[in-house]
Amino acid sequence: MGLPIPPFAGDIFGPDAVIMKGITGANWRLKDYEARGGYSALKKILSENIPPENVVNELKKSSLRGRGGAGFPTGLKWSFMPRQFPGQKYLVCNSDEGEPGTFKDRDILRYNPHILIEGMIIGGYAMGITVGYNYIHGEIWEVYERFEEALEEARAAGYLGDKILGTDFSFQLHAHHGFGAYICGEETALLESLEGKKGQPRFKPPFPASFGLYGKPTTINNTETFAAVPWIINNGGDAFLALGKPNNGGTKIFSISGDVARPGNYEIKLGTPFSKLLEMAGGMRDGVKLKAVIPGGSSMPVLPAEIMMATDMDYDSIAKAGSMLGSGAVIVMNETRCMVKSLLRLSYFYYEESCGQCTPCREGTGWLYRMVDRIEHGKGRPEDLDMLDNVAQNIQGRTICALGDAAAMPVRAFLKHYRDEFQYHIDHKKCVVAPYI
Amino acid sequence: MNAPLPNSVLSAEALARIDKAVAKYPPDRKDSAVMAALTIAQAEKGWLSTETMDAVAQVLGMPPVAVYEVATFYTMYDLKPVGKYKLTVCTNLPCALQGATHAAEHLKKTLGIGFNETTADGRITLKEGECMGACGDAPVLLQNNHKMLCAMSPEKIDQLLKELK
Repeated sequence: MGLPIPPFAGDIFGPDAVIMKGITGANWRLKDYEARGGYSALKKILSENIPPENVVNELKKSSLRGRGGAGFPTGLKWSFMPRQFPGQKYLVCNSDEGEPGTFKDRDILRYNPHILIEGMIIGGYAMGITVGYNYIHGEIWEVYERFEEALEEARAAGYLGDKILGTDFSFQLHAHHGFGAYICGEETALLESLEGKKGQPRFKPPFPASFGLYGKPTTINNTETFAAVPWIINNGGDAFLALGKPNNGGTKIFSISGDVARPGNYEIKLGTPFSKLLEMAGGMRDGVKLKAVIPGGSSMPVLPAEIMMATDMDYDSIAKAGSMLGSGAVIVMNETRCMVKSLLRLSYFYYEESCGQCTPCREGTGWLYRMVDRIEHGKGRPEDLDMLDNVAQNIQGRTICALGDAAAMPVRAFLKHYRDEFQYHIDHKKCVVAPYI
Repeated sequence: MNAPLPNSVLSAEALARIDKAVAKYPPDRKDSAVMAALTIAQAEKGWLSTETMDAVAQVLGMPPVAVYEVATFYTMYDLKPVGKYKLTVCTNLPCALQGATHAAEHLKKTLGIGFNETTADGRITLKEGECMGACGDAPVLLQNNHKMLCAMSPEKIDQLLKELK
């Protein structure tokens, strides 16, 4: 597993890191995690017999919001789990990270796997769940194997399994791998996949909290969300909230990629200006001027440089700027980049990854891709721009899951901000910028 | 039923690994292990023939069609023979901005094949992949589904191709 070149002496996630504090890229084992204070939150809960509802309340206070993309308040989600439900319930971690631009969960899993394991065990305790699964993206096979090793370490040390640390609390956790399907990052598609089927999303409602894995109540959270839990228990929800800003508690790992000098993951306080994040990533590669940024993963609306440079990195600020924080995947493009070509690659992705279940998405993603393709290749027609917007509009909100929206939103945002470039392509049969591969 | 017994198709070691995967799930939910079982079978056989998928179906007590459905849905399963080495390169936008399209072009030119093609000596199959969740380390290559190669410059690709005998 190739290690990124550490951009800082010491913590590779930056000086503000709390969840990934002390991570060097080589200290992932149990003994290293314990040396960083690992499993102390679990020990505290079990030795002090902290009532499960207090754990949930602490999360509510922290204002931790789901790190997978939707930003739903975690404490609230955990309170939906019917704790007294008389049958089996499940806890699922979504590590099926495959949204272009997003690569944070991979680093949590390979560099700090025990923090996720501890977070999930605490989740099991808080919601009265005894079995969990971590669904890991199939492409990061070596990381999946490392996670299996970490699970073995945790079991051997008595943190995981039957009668944890000698108490009556038991929790089993298993790793499950995907094998190449972006759609399985959608939580109900993930559940279908975990049941051994094609990953096609389910209708909601019923929501997983009432009908989840094997039809049982299930809570699903993202890797980074679980990873924040031990710190919150150790330091208190108020302290986590204070790291960020109201309604945007804590730190967040941002994956920054594209035309920057040092692509990678940086954990910063929510509310940190984008300009600061860009600086941490070494600034623009070769000093080429910034043109555009997709701030939250490929499905989120693109924003022009001047808007981004005036925006802070938190859920509310990015929403106010006209996009979404999503998974925290920041794709940076410089002024030599063609916006039609960039959208073309994304549109191909959604066309390729549509599961085929809903007609607007199955047919519409192909339609979008073919239209952008002909514009890029000098065969665009004058009516194409309005048709692109129209097709995108007719996909959005008309599908079972959010993949349809994910395909439509980039198209509409690229057109909104860079319509003149698309028009130039149609009129002149070439890019505004110099061609590149 | 004239289907061959699973143990005539898959090795004892593969069957033991499948059993281990099955044990992760409730006893009446063996289907959940189908992705793991297909992955194990593919690693052993190189690709998934109907015979191999039928063996997996038998081991898990699933209708063969349910196994085919899974195998055809997930892109990392190979339903046709591939070269000894399968190299999948992600060319999605973040990777493309960091040199992945150059890496892909270099591979095509050096090997003299396009995507979804195999070199005449059966050594290397080239595939275009979608997001592998490793954009920060682009250009990224996946070797035989299980090994990720990071920051693959043309020089590193040349070195790799020399090593893949």
